[in-house]
Amino acid sequence: MATPVLDKAEAEAQAKAAALITVTFRVRRFNPEVSAESVWQDFQLQIDPKERVLDGLHKIKWDLDGTLTFRRSCAHGICGSDAMRINGKNRLACKTLIKDINPAKPITIEPIKGMTVLKDLVVDMEPFFQAYRDVMPFLITKDTNEPTRERLQSAEDRERFDDTTKCILCAACTSSCPVFWNDGQYFGPAAIVNAHRFIFDSRDEAGEQRLEVLNDKDGVWRCRTTFNCTDACPRGIEVTKAIQEVKRALITRRL
Amino acid sequence: MKIHKYDTVIVGAGGAGMRAAIEATKRSRTAVLTKLYPTRSHTGAAQGGMAAALANVEEDNWEWHTFDTVKGGDYLVDQDAAEILAKEAIDSVLDLEKMGLPFNRTPNGTIDQRRFGGHSRNHGEAPVRRSCYAADRTGHMILQTLYQNCVKEGVEFFNEFYVLDQLITEVDGVKRSAGVVAYELATGEIHIFQAKAVIYASGGCGKFFKVTSNAHTLTGDGQAAVYRRGLPLEDMEFFQFHPTGIWRMGILLTEGARGEGGILRNKDGERFMEKYAPVMKDLASRDVVSRSIYTEIREGRGCGPEGDHVYLDLTHLPPEQLDAKLPDITEFARTYLGIEPYTDPIPIQPTAHYAMGGIPTNVEGEVLSDNTTVVPGLYAAGEVACVSVHGANRLGTNSLLDINVFGRRAGIAAAEYAQKAHYVELPENPAQFVVDQIEQLRASTGTERVAELRRELQETMDANVMVFRTEQTIKTAVEKIAELRERYKNVAIQDKGKRFNTDLLEAVELGNLLDLAEVMAVSALARKESRGGHYREDYPNRDDVNFMRHTMAYREVGDDGTESIRLDYKPVVQTRYQPMERKY
Repeated sequence: MATPVLDKAEAEAQAKAAALITVTFRVRRFNPEVSAESVWQDFQLQIDPKERVLDGLHKIKWDLDGTLTFRRSCAHGICGSDAMRINGKNRLACKTLIKDINPAKPITIEPIKGMTVLKDLVVDMEPFFQAYRDVMPFLITKDTNEPTRERLQSAEDRERFDDTTKCILCAACTSSCPVFWNDGQYFGPAAIVNAHRFIFDSRDEAGEQRLEVLNDKDGVWRCRTTFNCTDACPRGIEVTKAIQEVKRALITRRL
Repeated sequence: MKIHKYDTVIVGAGGAGMRAAIEATKRSRTAVLTKLYPTRSHTGAAQGGMAAALANVEEDNWEWHTFDTVKGGDYLVDQDAAEILAKEAIDSVLDLEKMGLPFNRTPNGTIDQRRFGGHSRNHGEAPVRRSCYAADRTGHMILQTLYQNCVKEGVEFFNEFYVLDQLITEVDGVKRSAGVVAYELATGEIHIFQAKAVIYASGGCGKFFKVTSNAHTLTGDGQAAVYRRGLPLEDMEFFQFHPTGIWRMGILLTEGARGEGGILRNKDGERFMEKYAPVMKDLASRDVVSRSIYTEIREGRGCGPEGDHVYLDLTHLPPEQLDAKLPDITEFARTYLGIEPYTDPIPIQPTAHYAMGGIPTNVEGEVLSDNTTVVPGLYAAGEVACVSVHGANRLGTNSLLDINVFGRRAGIAAAEYAQKAHYVELPENPAQFVVDQIEQLRASTGTERVAELRRELQETMDANVMVFRTEQTIKTAVEKIAELRERYKNVAIQDKGKRFNTDLLEAVELGNLLDLAEVMAVSALARKESRGGHYREDYPNRDDVNFMRHTMAYREVGDDGTESIRLDYKPVVQTRYQPMERKY
């Protein structure tokens, strides 16, 4: 006998059909090969409300309109590919369940803001990754004598920067920031989060250099503490707090 | 069409690709071609840890680790390779720490370690704490740390470039790697990368199953490209089903949950693993636990109205421990199931997780064109490859180890080769295959849909070549795959554009999945024994007399253009350990 999957297929199909609801996905479409203008397009879907917004997008792409274009990979909130603006809020499509975003009304889906849209929900990520690279996001040590074994670090010192190690570089925070929308030169929350991750790592010895980078006119001082980034982070990182800690470190020069 | 020239080209930017890139970039002019932005790679989804006998928290040594790896792989492991894996594990972990990886720490500041399935003290006496970890996001930390170090080393990435063909030129009767052909997602442009050395590090192919922990993008592109060029694939019948995927969704819940004390229970609340593995219990190897779960389900002790899953019970663990050690997986349960793991057990079922087989290599990462001959200039590492350190069943935490040990080895070996080698001349019309493939898909007016064929493929694979297999079920799969391959010729796409045409790429990826599914099923049909992840109900015992050997599958094209699969076999390397009955 085969693995008990198909045995239950029919029962599953019936149970599923009973649970389906009708939802409208209102998607911002843009394809420069077709038109210079972006437009809204509505799609009606039969979907289980416990499914993800990403499942809905796949239903459109796979069954209705193969031209709908978006990035995705892991489908469970780890890879950071599918940050998008869902009902006006930045979220990961794979971490947002239909039932949690009022499916009675049309669900609006747009690309994240402040970045150049290339096609439908796909934006140009290069400037975002450039800002990340600019903060020197790697451990820098000055020891000429590396220890044979691991460097020691207390559990408390490790805990100090734990929150900012969770970042998956999805850009939900940066593209939710009003300062970033108005001034693309601003490093943005994600780059600061990744600087924080090293500035507060007891093993790192380039905190001063990184603080100087962020002391720049396009650095942390542009932050207006609107907390959009913290609200947007799908990993639950306290982004605004991290930015405040970097500001404080700049003032006191104590890490 | 653009032509690029590099010393070393790496295909894929997950753990193995980036670990290789750090080494190769120091030694040669290197390009990394990746279909995803590097930090999107599926290494980031690995959770539980990376094994190394650091002995930070209790007695341990690399020989015990080697033994566990060989036993875990049901003796199909090449023991020389397993010994390298276990020995070099220690420096691999220390290297990552020095690169900045934020491991969890012991009270005295060293790297903390925890228990994991199949890892034992002194050849199976009791579970041992060998897995080095960073909460339940060790893969994420490895991926981030390696990317950070690639930024530091100035590694050159070509993001969203899909490698669709491997270029091979015969020189004096020897197949040599000449480079690769890639498709640029943003523009639809085709690029030829001529390279002295090519390293495949493009990951697994789990998307031919329906319930899987694998990303949508894990479609076996590297294996398929190499296989199509007449190079063999090794041990493709061995696929790992991870015991604890979220019910119906397949999202991974780390074995570390059981390492921290989590227990599997059936509908009667019974800790059923005590029956199947009296010593290691819930921490037996993954093939054993997955089979035990399905045995419970089939004998009517599954949970839920349809009795089609069991529970992962964490409710007896203190909430602080769950918050500190398993924050991500507890969040998955809350997000996707609406379940609070502090108080409620989590419904789980086995999920297609990892390909033990792949492109055959030796311990330097050099790709083989038969049982012994190296293809000069061609390398592979990580899940795409088969060294073989995992044999018939991989131990948990050994894949994060594999990508670091053999990614590093392949990076060094390829770059050193490139330093000495000359470019091999490109074949005539090098882009022809890719140009034809893409034009055909764009121009097709066929009636078959990619999504429908993929759905049917996934359903037949789940039903017929999953945890339990028989001659009959595998034959059903072989026939179905043949039908789907025929229908695939008639597949059409809707997006005919050049820019970000993911519709087109999904069609290409489906073609790769179909090729590999066929290899898997045909290899499984011929292996008339049960070993590790390959369990045949009609041949329930391991048969060392006839099957203590690796499967080597070759694509053959007849004079009339008909394709077939030829199976050959390769001996297993045995050094220290004689095969024994496997008990946990």
